[in-house]
Amino acid sequence: MKWFWYASPQTFFPLAGTIARWCGAAAGVLAAIGLYIGFFVAPTDAQQGEAYRIIFIHVPASWMSMFIYVVMAGWAALGLAFNTRLSGMMAQALAPTGALFTFVALWTGSLWGRPTWGTWWVWGDARLMSELILLFLYFGFMALQAAIDDPRRADRASALLAIVGVVNIPIIYYSVQWFNTLHQGASVSFTRAPSMAATMFAGMIVMAFAFWMYSIAVALVRVRCIIRERG
Amino acid sequence: MLDAARCVVVRDLLVAWRRRSDVATALLFFVIVASLFPLGIGAEPNLLRAIAPGVIWVAALLSSMLSLSRLFSADHADGTLEQMLLGAAPLGVIAAAKAFAHWLVSGLPLALIAPLIALQYDLPSSLYGVLALSLLLGTPVLSLLGAIGAALTLGLRGGGVLLSLLVLPLYVPVLIMGAGSLEMAAAGMGGQGQLLLLGAMLVVAAAFAPWAISAALRISSE
Repeated sequence: MKWFWYASPQTFFPLAGTIARWCGAAAGVLAAIGLYIGFFVAPTDAQQGEAYRIIFIHVPASWMSMFIYVVMAGWAALGLAFNTRLSGMMAQALAPTGALFTFVALWTGSLWGRPTWGTWWVWGDARLMSELILLFLYFGFMALQAAIDDPRRADRASALLAIVGVVNIPIIYYSVQWFNTLHQGASVSFTRAPSMAATMFAGMIVMAFAFWMYSIAVALVRVRCIIRERG
Repeated sequence: MLDAARCVVVRDLLVAWRRRSDVATALLFFVIVASLFPLGIGAEPNLLRAIAPGVIWVAALLSSMLSLSRLFSADHADGTLEQMLLGAAPLGVIAAAKAFAHWLVSGLPLALIAPLIALQYDLPSSLYGVLALSLLLGTPVLSLLGAIGAALTLGLRGGGVLLSLLVLPLYVPVLIMGAGSLEMAAAGMGGQGQLLLLGAMLVVAAAFAPWAISAALRISSE
């Protein structure tokens, strides 16, 4: 296996175009199926009524937001270890998509919170807070990347930042959870575990795959732009 | 190795002593920020007592961050940093020594002056010890994490603002544990749990941050 064959931007460029097209098409089809299941097949929730249906966007988006950060840090680590140019470009290309999903997760969460918990925003929830801090970490990564003119230095510096961030995420999560138990005022419990209907779960999984395909397609299109930009 | 570390610490302290006003500025900033909150929120004593731990810790966070951009910039400008990179002493030791010197200049004075702020906020005197201890354990973590950000943003335009964007999210656990220890102690449950966790964070940061700082310094000055 020639693992490093596609590590060169020149050879990767056409491959990225092909994969991006297929993944983009798959994302469209999967999203259509997932939204159909979400809106028409899945039953109405007994407690939350129709409002719960935002789960089909919210949960896959928050999964993706965390997963993309880990993937980004993985590319960053690869780039530092093997000194490959493409790895840094991939990390740079993934960051805006990750930030977008983080924002979507926060936004849909707040839209969901309004009818069900009666408030747009709760400071006491660990998941909410860690998602917000994750958004700041994405912004920091992108800001550092944008502030350095030399692309190689930008890649390496932001790679180190991504690795520091990925080490810190569990610590942040658990400390925020601690903060949550400390301020016992949290009026709503988010840790309910409903016995989810199979169709709901299916819709969520299909939407998660749609988001995966979308992320891959968009990141690859963006990496093609970056390859062109850097010449 | 230890000679190099001692040398760096002594030199940084000497430089700080020659520019005393810089140190005083960061300390004054801490006092001013802490004094602004009652002016903005109102003089209700119970409310002030409730927010005091958070206010003191946020002010400490900001004040410790204020002096970070100077941590490596002078050495970078006059070429000292390059000599440190080329020298025989391990870079991680030098990085740790620089962070330690930064803490001596910016973190330690905060821990000493914080009881005064606590007095203004009418915190019970039994909490002064916890407050000083939590700052003593927490501010070195801030210096170590901040040094990573300072090394990454070395010589960049708009470095100071960028630095705060990189570093503040990473400061969140220290803030939660630091202010949390005070709140637990104020509630009569003792803040030992949080203080121990702060200590654990300090150990982890002291073990790994110097490595990250030196990697960042190498990236920034190649």
